[in-house]
Amino acid sequence: MKKICLSVVGMYLSLLSALSQTTPNTDSSYKRRKLKFEEANIVSSYYKQDGNHAAVTGGIGSQALTDLSNSIDVKLTRYDKFNRKHSYSLEVGIDHYTSASSDKIDPKTLSSASHADTRIYPSFNWTMENEKKGTTIGAGLYASTEFDYKSFGGNINFSRKTKDRNGEFSARLQAYLDQVSLIYPAELRTGVNQGEHDYATTARNSFSGTLSWSQVINKNLQLMLEGEVVYQSGYLGLPFNRVYFNDNSVHVEKLPSSRLKVPVSLRANYFLGDRYIIRAWYRYYKDDWNIQSNTLQLETSVKITPFLSVTPFYRFYQQTAAEYFAPYEMHTGADNYYTSNYDLSKFNSSFYGIGFRMAPPKGVFNIQHVNALEIRYGHYQKNINMNANIISLHLKFK
Amino acid sequence: MKLIQNKSKLLFCTLLFSVAVSILNSCTSVKEYQKNKLNDAEMTLSARKIEKTELNFQSYREGSSGANGGKTGGGCGCN
Repeated sequence: MKKICLSVVGMYLSLLSALSQTTPNTDSSYKRRKLKFEEANIVSSYYKQDGNHAAVTGGIGSQALTDLSNSIDVKLTRYDKFNRKHSYSLEVGIDHYTSASSDKIDPKTLSSASHADTRIYPSFNWTMENEKKGTTIGAGLYASTEFDYKSFGGNINFSRKTKDRNGEFSARLQAYLDQVSLIYPAELRTGVNQGEHDYATTARNSFSGTLSWSQVINKNLQLMLEGEVVYQSGYLGLPFNRVYFNDNSVHVEKLPSSRLKVPVSLRANYFLGDRYIIRAWYRYYKDDWNIQSNTLQLETSVKITPFLSVTPFYRFYQQTAAEYFAPYEMHTGADNYYTSNYDLSKFNSSFYGIGFRMAPPKGVFNIQHVNALEIRYGHYQKNINMNANIISLHLKFK
Repeated sequence: MKLIQNKSKLLFCTLLFSVAVSILNSCTSVKEYQKNKLNDAEMTLSARKIEKTELNFQSYREGSSGANGGKTGGGCGCN
């Protein structure tokens, strides 16, 4: 925890020193080619959840979990000799979480190594925009590492604006190649996986293609339609999730080795009068594990002044159960696949809260480089006895 | 029962399609200098930075994910 705090402070100080060394250049033709600092963002969140359906203990037991998340990204731009704009974005994120249920992987220990972990996830993105043609191409790399899970990913993307610059088509392809460490519940470990830190790993791969269309309808309204196809293959369960059968025997969660997901969403943003921004988002989702879901989110930003706004929000979510889900001691020996992970059960959830955003022209608290400050709090509640609270802070530097 | 469900689905899709067509029909060409409201930071069509962790926990705590400008793979969310 101390290390994470020090890292965040370190990143913040190096950002400030980088900003303070910026010197104006009077030669405009040279300036266009030079790498220019565009913006930097720091996002910090604290998440806390509780419930009594932990998957590690077979759908019963504490889901208490905390997660402290920090990320920083820096965006730089430059123009090449063909007047194309290159943007480079480097991001590093660090999460530190504690989990009561992970502590039950090995119940014989009072508090095992798995009760807390740190995840580090750097990423790099590049885009090249031809402002004259209205086209953009880009690519990105992503990595994530935590004790029992490693992930490496990449993406390529393309977008093209219409002639009048009021519509834009975008396409993106992504791939994530992950490795899951096979850490089984203590009582189900046999032979090779008994070592403390020497676990076998297995692959989980995710491939997705996204198409989106955004359209300006008039001076106040714009829409975006987005469709995605995600295909996952490999080990899609988790080795430490227990499932208790109706004969009281205990097993490791078993799920199919592939999953096809198709989400489609529509977003609409409307500027009402001079003070209100209404944001609406709807998503329909279906996959081949028989989960169907509907999500609706509504937000209204009220501009108290042109530079200060308050945003109450509400999100409703509803899903059907995966066909492989059954509660504690409800699975039978006849089931080919089985899980008691309540994230795959039938439930509704509500998420509501409020956000504050300030972006004064002279900088936040008169600090010129601090362009915007945003704070947001939300309460999340499932109708299956699980709730969470999250508070986030976003600082934007320019 | 299934027939009623199918009919209401069809009705919903027809309604959605009609709304989409009428909205697209009302499209007007907006010049760059008229886009001051559309360019407001809070009018952005993608997910905003401050929603980053929210999108992460929702994708872990719910069976569905995607089509929201967030990531759809990578990271475990095992707990």
